[in-house]
Amino acid sequence: MARLIRLDRSGHTTLAEWTADDAKMHEAAVEAFRRELDAGMVASVSYDDGTAEVVRELPADAELVVLRRPIAGG
Amino acid sequence: MAAPVGYLGEAAPLWWRERPSARTLRRDGRLWTAWTAAIAVPFFAAGSFLLWLEPLTFPVALGSFAHGWLIPELYARRGARSIVPIGSEGSASRRGASDGAERRALGLLGDLVGHEARELLTETGLVLERGRLGVWLVGEQGAIMVRPGGRRADCWCVRIAEPGSLPGGDRVAHLLLALREDEAGFATVANLAFSGATWRVRRRMQSRSRPALDAARALARGLSSGP
Repeated sequence: MARLIRLDRSGHTTLAEWTADDAKMHEAAVEAFRRELDAGMVASVSYDDGTAEVVRELPADAELVVLRRPIAGG
Repeated sequence: MAAPVGYLGEAAPLWWRERPSARTLRRDGRLWTAWTAAIAVPFFAAGSFLLWLEPLTFPVALGSFAHGWLIPELYARRGARSIVPIGSEGSASRRGASDGAERRALGLLGDLVGHEARELLTETGLVLERGRLGVWLVGEQGAIMVRPGGRRADCWCVRIAEPGSLPGGDRVAHLLLALREDEAGFATVANLAFSGATWRVRRRMQSRSRPALDAARALARGLSSGP
């Protein structure tokens, strides 16, 4: 099952879970995803090879999508 | 301002900053060394001149030598201390993040990194990440990049724009994800706090975190520097 999580003060919160063949669950996940992006979060999909990619649409086939806050120079 | 696909969005507003590459990092490293020499050499020259003029001025000359030695050390200290390993002094885990939140954050961070990096994280509070520009050690408020060859290290200050009360593990996860998304973009956003010999940085790190730098240096020795 794929998960949409947000890094927050609780460690992380699971916002949605979905499977590729369940359109209703995916739709709910897309809604939660868009809400977080509108709030200024950045969505990142991690791959097995250790790379990650910023996404603007929720990929149906991703296993884990992490929502993080933007970074800045210290 | 929208970022091109594959580029870090946070780097897009910083249009005046050059995207780092192996070539620009080498150039910036040489500039940093020249700048450090320009600050330190006059103190050594002044001390030597005083001794030549009158050996009895040696206490003053000694003070001048000390200044010349101290200034590069302070730069290295600032760079080494700015990254803030998890659990160290200045870590969010010591500043109010609850134990439960910290455990959850560390659990997720552990899932994001490999087995070896997870062990090193537990031991040192830093995440080791191999990149194209070098080998990175990521902390809560910055990262050290050991250049290919392992002799030189760059210390970068970078943080979450609005960290709130995020636990330490989440802060590192934020920076790690951004680094993985776009390494050059990450270095564009970050501010360079120090660039110099790896041994200088190592000496100024907390002893608990030094094994992470040793591991990064060992890995960097096997990397070839790009164009």
